[in-house]
Amino acid sequence: MSQFRIGFLPLVDAVLPIVAHEMGLAAREGVHLTLIKDRTWATVRDRLAYGQTDAAHLVAPVAIAMALGLDRAPVPIGAPFMLGLNGNAIAVSNVLAEELGIGMEADVRTVGERLTAVAKAQLSMGRRLRIAVVHRYSSHNYMLRYWLAACGCDPDFDVEIVVVAPPLIADAFAAGEIDASVVGEPWNSLAVERGDGVIISSTSRIWTRGVEKLLAFRSELLEDRRPDVEALLRALYAAGQVVLDPGHTDMVARLLAREEYIGLPQAVIARAITGRMICQRGGEPTRVEDFLVLHGEAANFPWRSQAMWLYSQMVRWGHAKPTEEGFAAAAAVFRPDVYRSAFAGTGAVLPGASLKVEGAISAPLGAGSHGGRLVMGPDAFFDGRLFDPDDPFGYLASDR
Amino acid sequence: MKIAVIDESAARAAVIEEGLREAGLTDVTVLLDRRGVVAALERLAPDVVLINLENPSRDMLEESFALSRAVARPIAMFVDQSDDASIGDAVDAGISAYVVDGLRKDRIRPVVELAIRRFNAFSRLQSELHEARSALAERKTIDKAKMLLMKRRKVDEPAAYALLRKQAMDSGRRIVEIAEALITADSILGGE
Repeated sequence: MSQFRIGFLPLVDAVLPIVAHEMGLAAREGVHLTLIKDRTWATVRDRLAYGQTDAAHLVAPVAIAMALGLDRAPVPIGAPFMLGLNGNAIAVSNVLAEELGIGMEADVRTVGERLTAVAKAQLSMGRRLRIAVVHRYSSHNYMLRYWLAACGCDPDFDVEIVVVAPPLIADAFAAGEIDASVVGEPWNSLAVERGDGVIISSTSRIWTRGVEKLLAFRSELLEDRRPDVEALLRALYAAGQVVLDPGHTDMVARLLAREEYIGLPQAVIARAITGRMICQRGGEPTRVEDFLVLHGEAANFPWRSQAMWLYSQMVRWGHAKPTEEGFAAAAAVFRPDVYRSAFAGTGAVLPGASLKVEGAISAPLGAGSHGGRLVMGPDAFFDGRLFDPDDPFGYLASDR
Repeated sequence: MKIAVIDESAARAAVIEEGLREAGLTDVTVLLDRRGVVAALERLAPDVVLINLENPSRDMLEESFALSRAVARPIAMFVDQSDDASIGDAVDAGISAYVVDGLRKDRIRPVVELAIRRFNAFSRLQSELHEARSALAERKTIDKAKMLLMKRRKVDEPAAYALLRKQAMDSGRRIVEIAEALITADSILGGE
């Protein structure tokens, strides 16, 4: 049996490799998994880079930063499978929640504009709101900045964006170290349960199909062990089918609750899976549409246009250079070719294209595909902007 | 050379600090608490930051380093990959280093190598301790099984142990496994 050591952070969107392992779906494909839990993305990244793991559950821009060699020596990376779209909530301290006066019931623009007003009022009193994201190169950071900027807030000046690892977010709220955060589940819900935080919105409301986690491999291993890798992807797909069935929610949440995975109560973990979020301690659940998309409608397919959108944001905030080569290198991290060869003839739906205009779908839409009918869910950005991968520089120019 | 050691384990940090001092590197500061670590680094302005690989503050520190606020432009040791073997050793040992850009490699390498040796020595110590603890737990299990046998079979302690040992020999299993099986069976059958 072929072996894969997979690094992960304790987050609900690490569920596919966990289910593939625990439910015997990996073994059925002839693959044995060893799952290695860490607490920060830096550690997950370094273990992958230096061969302590064979694959990693990674936040997508970290994989791109590794391949581009931002801040460190480049490591060629390939990501043939997405582990989930969105799944992050925006939470604030009790004090800030009271000051804002609105939350999940309001649309995300209204919340953003209100937050901007409070941030500017604080700034005029010489204090900057401190907002935590989970890594410099995280979808959380880029979605937050996108949202704030569109609501009239300069994320580099009007607020202070800091980095706190996901498992420490609830403690940071309790200690008064942060005013707000963008982090994956169940760490928002932990802050809510402890009465130290209030969920006010979600990244799914900023970009309805926001690129988030992927399974990353060193490119060398991806080529050397291609048949094993493809078997692993099929096991993850099968895990997706299990997780998608609401009848399995209890079992899946109970599994994630185990100490070796997340180590928090099952009921808290189930919220992200069902999209029924409790935003304030003791509150009623609020249904958040498509809060976390783990499978279905080609959610696991690595659209190169999503990697390019992330690169556009890296450029926008000064993390990368506005070059053709940069966009091409970022796009090349995503490996739709491996996805297609893994699923050819399996009955899984395969998109015909590898690029799409991001943000163009406002209602479920049929798309060109092989192996079955592909219906794409709405993927709009909250401000209605479109990202055309054929004209990334035009998109960047429209920021100013 | 000014060195900061960041570690959640006070014991391990002490082992590294001691090693550095013995090697004549006396300007060492140990930071144990996550809170205020960035501010402490700003004050210290170290040339080298040694941190355990799994430290939960690493993402936060890398962000401060990228903004070059905490330390004068530190870079990950891993930026320079001319010495892959030593980087691999560091990661295997569970250590990560950030050094001020431009600091000569021949000055950094002995520090990192020393840290690697100390980290390895410490984890050997830990695993020995772990083994000692599990040995203790195993002995308690065996004692409990002996007590059960003494009560149920009305035999003395050496005889009870001989029963356990015979069963282990006959079935080719560890004596502690026989003891565990016996305790489990007794609780299922309602021993008391």
